[in-house]
Amino acid sequence: MRITLFIPCFVDSLYPNVGMSMVKILEKLGHQVECPEEIACCGQPAFNSGYWEESRAVAEPVLARLRQSEVVVIASGSCGAMLKVFYPQMFAKTEWAEAANELSPKVWEFSDFLVSKLGVTDLGAKFPAKVTFHDGCHGLRELGIKKAPRMLLEKVSGLELVEMPDAETCCGFGGTFAAKFPMISTAMGEVKCSNAQTTGADYIVSNDSSCLMHVQGLLSRQQSPIKTIHLAEILANS
Amino acid sequence: MKAFVEEFKEQARVITRDLRHRGLIQTALRKYEVARDRRKGAFGNWQMARQAAAEIKYEAINHLDTYLAEFADKLMDRGTQVHWATTPAQAREIILGIIKSKNAKSIIKSKAMTAEEIHLNDAMEKAGYEVVESDLGEFIVQLRREPPYHIVFPAMHLTRDDISALFEKELGSAPTREPEELTMIARRALRKKYITADVGITGANFAIAETGMISITENEGNARLTAALPKTMITLVGIEKVLPKLEDLALFLPMLATAGAGQTLTGYNTMYGGPRQKGEIDGPEEFHVVLLDNRRTELLADPEQRDALHCIRCGACLNVCPIFKNVGGHTYGTTYSGPIGSVITPHLRGLQDWKHLSNASSLCGACTETCPVKIDLHHHLLQNRRNASEQEPSALERFAYKGFAFLINRPGLYQFAKEMGRLLEPLHKMVKGSKLDPARSWTSTRDLPSMPSQSFKEWWRNR
Ligand code: SF4
Repeated sequence: MRITLFIPCFVDSLYPNVGMSMVKILEKLGHQVECPEEIACCGQPAFNSGYWEESRAVAEPVLARLRQSEVVVIASGSCGAMLKVFYPQMFAKTEWAEAANELSPKVWEFSDFLVSKLGVTDLGAKFPAKVTFHDGCHGLRELGIKKAPRMLLEKVSGLELVEMPDAETCCGFGGTFAAKFPMISTAMGEVKCSNAQTTGADYIVSNDSSCLMHVQGLLSRQQSPIKTIHLAEILANS
Repeated sequence: MKAFVEEFKEQARVITRDLRHRGLIQTALRKYEVARDRRKGAFGNWQMARQAAAEIKYEAINHLDTYLAEFADKLMDRGTQVHWATTPAQAREIILGIIKSKNAKSIIKSKAMTAEEIHLNDAMEKAGYEVVESDLGEFIVQLRREPPYHIVFPAMHLTRDDISALFEKELGSAPTREPEELTMIARRALRKKYITADVGITGANFAIAETGMISITENEGNARLTAALPKTMITLVGIEKVLPKLEDLALFLPMLATAGAGQTLTGYNTMYGGPRQKGEIDGPEEFHVVLLDNRRTELLADPEQRDALHCIRCGACLNVCPIFKNVGGHTYGTTYSGPIGSVITPHLRGLQDWKHLSNASSLCGACTETCPVKIDLHHHLLQNRRNASEQEPSALERFAYKGFAFLINRPGLYQFAKEMGRLLEPLHKMVKGSKLDPARSWTSTRDLPSMPSQSFKEWWRNR
């Protein structure tokens, strides 16, 4: 399969290893991967802040480029929700409406793509550690992804998965929310971290780097020994 | 006057650091979640029940004109006096008019969020009447002279010790930690009031169009006494409370109990169909129903967010909301807090003044997932944000997003920005968290990730 891998801006600039792991995994499974140079961001920050016109300015080139693809895999549940769920809303009644509706079913979040589209769960990965999984809200509630990442983790040799209390509760990131209401965002993150700590896990794993950036930011400040890691990085480890 | 947003932020700053509050609310709501999940199991299929409820409310709200007229006609047929209030001021005037015409002195009230919405207690007290809240939680917050903390659990922010100390101070009772004893103290104070009250005021959980009946749900029996003992009964109802048929209650009563409090059915479910009829031995001599609009019809005119009128005020969205759990009910400064409050307050009280509540959300969607009548709550927050910025854009934000679009659409410029970021990182480390730090709203509590030596795209290009 010819897969277009969309690496969103913050993964590109801050977490390249997540994208590299995805390329490695998809190629190992025998697929042809392309990563378009000319597109960088899905436009979510402006959209979430209510600036739809400014968001469309970022999203139009993305739409124009990706509509040619056979299948689009995206390295974040949140950006995935933007393309799949919010583009059709944001472009409704514009000349791009049809393109947005066409693109939506072709977009897959990475873990969901592996499990639901490719039917793969065992990637032969090894990761001897105790981990707990945090469900990113957009992946969980906009895209309905709950089982796929856990099915993948279960097949990783040496890995022990322990669920934390309230795994489905938001980590408090929320994009610009984290900067506009830092006190609430921080409190939510602290609750998330302390829930994760009760499991005794070595790692908090997620399929969304944005949540991990927030949680890791708090953990480092608290000098907590727990680390964060993206699901793809675990799956690429052999 | 300080802007509402500043007040919100100030209170949020204080309360999010209050670990006692955090622990109290988390514990209470965790208990609720366990009970709720157990009760949900009693439904054959909870998701289908939600769908059915949403469809019934859709029908009711989309034909509100017909159902309201039917409701009012049926009520009047049995001698109930029906009043229509467009504004809170009109509603207060109607109610005070009735009270005055009865030469009433004391008023007993059961829980009604619509009364909070129109600040009825204030108005009655200012007019010289004694008003007593008969719901235990409401009674407690009334003694504390504060608004309800939560639409279903008005005093959930207080511990038994807090309540005991309050009763000791206000009612002169002996301190106790037993919930039963605390209830008895309140009950003794309240019973006297029921007997002497001239007018009873209630809210309504549902208004049944088919039969012209008010349905009230409660756990303490206080609403029954409020309705039955005084000679005059006044019920204040938001117009969105209508259900088409009596049989709809078969779904809505257990659903409200389950979603709202994790109960199979609320303790007392009563229907009121009019004043005392000929040959009946009890009930009020006069029954008034005041139907309140207060800009609900404006929300009705908005096809995108009309479903917010489906709300049955169960409070479930508050209970699962991580924002509510961390800032608590009072911080909102509104009658309706939590997700539903953030959605409707801009409609009820002005978008520009209250848009901050729609911004104060991570858009996690836990509310939408839980709402028993399937209101698209978190997407409405997005729509409020869009409407607010279309109406009155912030020049700074617009400039920032335009600039971002300019940069991100030019690969060369974007690459340059990443390189600049790497160059500036050591400089940023020097000011991190200080007043000079442009990223202070992040870095005052959180570390930033360090910039990797190459971006994904650089790696891809050179591969
Ligand atoms: S919006 Fe839904 S969950 Fe929230 S109070 Fe209303 S009915 Fe309950």
